[in-house]
Amino acid sequence: MSQTSRAIAGFALMAVLLALVGIFQSWNVMLAIFNLSLISAVMALGVNIQWGYAGLFNVGIMGFAALGGVAAVLTSRAPVASAWEAGGLGILLSGAVVAAIAALGVTIYRRMGKGPLKTLVMIVLVVGGYFLVRTIYDPAVSAIESDNPAKSGFLGGLGLPIIVSWGMGGLFAAAAAWFIGKVALGLRSDYLAIATLGISEIIIAMIKNEDWLTRGVKNVTGLERPVPYELNLQNAAWFQDLANRYGFDVIEGSSIFVKLCYAGLFAAVLIVILVLCVLALASPWGRMVRAIRDNEISAAAMGKNVTSRHLQIFILGSAVVGIAGAMLTTLDGQFTPGSYQPLRFTFLVWVMVIVGGSGNNLGSVLGAFFIWFIWIEAEPVGNWLMATLTSWMDATSALRLHLIESAQYMRLFIMGLVMLLVMRFSPGGIMPEQTVRR
Amino acid sequence: MMMDFLNAFILLANFVLVPALAYGAQLALGALGITLVYGILRFANFAHGDTMAFGTMVVILLTWAFQAGGIGFGPLPTALLALPIGVVFTALFVLATDRLVYKHYREIKAPPIRMVMASVGVMFVMNGIVRFIIGPNDQNFMDGERFIVKAGAFRRATGLDEGLAVKSSQLLTLVVAVVLVAALFWFLNRTRTGKSMRAYSDNEDLALLSGISPQKVVMVTWIIVAGLATIAGTLYGLDKSFKPFTYFQLLLPMFAAAIVGGVGHPVGAILGGFVVAFSEVTVTYAYKKFLTYLAPDGLAPDGLMQMLSTDYKFAVSFIILVVVLLVRPTGLLRGKVI
Repeated sequence: MSQTSRAIAGFALMAVLLALVGIFQSWNVMLAIFNLSLISAVMALGVNIQWGYAGLFNVGIMGFAALGGVAAVLTSRAPVASAWEAGGLGILLSGAVVAAIAALGVTIYRRMGKGPLKTLVMIVLVVGGYFLVRTIYDPAVSAIESDNPAKSGFLGGLGLPIIVSWGMGGLFAAAAAWFIGKVALGLRSDYLAIATLGISEIIIAMIKNEDWLTRGVKNVTGLERPVPYELNLQNAAWFQDLANRYGFDVIEGSSIFVKLCYAGLFAAVLIVILVLCVLALASPWGRMVRAIRDNEISAAAMGKNVTSRHLQIFILGSAVVGIAGAMLTTLDGQFTPGSYQPLRFTFLVWVMVIVGGSGNNLGSVLGAFFIWFIWIEAEPVGNWLMATLTSWMDATSALRLHLIESAQYMRLFIMGLVMLLVMRFSPGGIMPEQTVRR
Repeated sequence: MMMDFLNAFILLANFVLVPALAYGAQLALGALGITLVYGILRFANFAHGDTMAFGTMVVILLTWAFQAGGIGFGPLPTALLALPIGVVFTALFVLATDRLVYKHYREIKAPPIRMVMASVGVMFVMNGIVRFIIGPNDQNFMDGERFIVKAGAFRRATGLDEGLAVKSSQLLTLVVAVVLVAALFWFLNRTRTGKSMRAYSDNEDLALLSGISPQKVVMVTWIIVAGLATIAGTLYGLDKSFKPFTYFQLLLPMFAAAIVGGVGHPVGAILGGFVVAFSEVTVTYAYKKFLTYLAPDGLAPDGLMQMLSTDYKFAVSFIILVVVLLVRPTGLLRGKVI
């Protein structure tokens, strides 16, 4: 089967499955699945850029997506004037001090000759700097957090439209990727995996604890939307006319309309990124990048700076994941740091890329749709299966209750198994990478 | 004045020294498993945390069975009786995953990153199995004598304000860790299999030329790793409590410990384990009371005097990892992997 026919078959199958969900469950459910699939597809594209183009294994995708969510909050929320008055200056000052110490540290590191004196100076600078910053930072933080903690307790944001945050999410994620890439790239590939595992945990710990920035576990609800509100639609005359003319229920129709708007926006982003990826891969840059991946030693011998190319790609891929993270938070309408479980979503996206086709952009998108569909539909199916399998047991037996409750963990098990099987028996995935034939 | 110093010292011993020693031993055992796999099988085993969870789960189930059957171990935890059987089960499970998953990648000489990805897949399979069988919640399976030295008894005996409590699980951790490490080093240095493992780790081609059987090396490695993982996991679970998610979170400190010490060096893993544990505990401890004892009257600190909040304790391992990767990627003992 050629690539194009595989792609067509795959997407056609996906359309049929979604239509079945729409008919047998509801169109709302189908559109919810579709929207999340679109977001997962963008994440899968980001991961594919890192893995498919450069062979980089990023285990910290959730962290980068969380940074996208933070961007959504920090861009779209209006600034809280009282909080800024209370502690804003302190925060800015501590940021400036950190930057100054970092600059000083880098200069000293570069200029000073090697030896114990240099190490001592660096240690004194870092430790002393840390305590200095804390004396400015702590009072500012407590001032901000005690400013109306129930409703606010944080600095707020820039008050820009939330669509801007999608780009900001990319920037935040790119910054974190630059940092971690500088530390861990150029060493063995395993080290990058461990370092991304770490940075993901740190990012999530920070967004949960730095209440002055993100409200932490108190969550930020009621985020601004780029699409109309259902209630406004239901009361709008033009929408009611539309409902009357085509004979659908106003309330359900408003919900579907909103989801369709989101779907349109997300699909637009996905198509733009997909087109850019495909064009990039077909360009000289793309050929060079794949050459580096296929034979690093030859590429290095030709004078290509492998590490900086890897850094470039790592940053690009993470930026795309950041954009997806911002889109996810926009769709949710709220920012819940507790929902970012460090590995669950990361792992799902990896399964998507591996099953769909590592190195193949369209394959990753298709994989995203398939795997997300299976993941969501596995819950009702798994519960039903477990209930049927244990139906011969006594209805109140502890074992039966335990088995039914544990059915959800079989999803994890099945996904792990799928990943291992595909990696072993079909390493290219459903749509393997296209190699150019001459 | 003397009393203040003693009080301060006992306070530090109770809240920093003793817990850090126990935690360090647990991390050291875990990091040993990771460094063995890294050195001999040459990949970062992301499934190690969940292997510990699996082993501990088997031990817990057996402990419950023993407790239900009325079998006990006197003042020691019943889990110790279940431990050998737990190790056997875990070893079988781990050998099965090697046969089913990793062997193929060794045969096709896949790049190490593929094996790391496979280990992430294995991690999720194990994760699913553990949660399916025992659930995701906290399980406490400690029994027997909880405390060797009770805080109240200590205070009465010494007349100080601060008490030093030593839990039996903490002493057990240290004793078992010392015994296990001694046995492991004896095995690696004195027996033929151990030497062949070290040879295989240092230079695979030469080792194969010398007639060392790679299958045997791999099998023995996995068995030792399973043993270390089960014992480390059980000790951690006895000391704190068993929760599958916590074992996954331990991956980061254990990796940091292995890398700090120098990957592939067992001594490095132990050193790294204690470095990471002591750093974590000392950085997140609130020194207010300690400084209150030591400072002259009236100069007592106001705030908690905590360097980093306890929520950030995994940040400490991460910072250590970053510093090591920036400054000295081969680690303290100059491990081989870079």
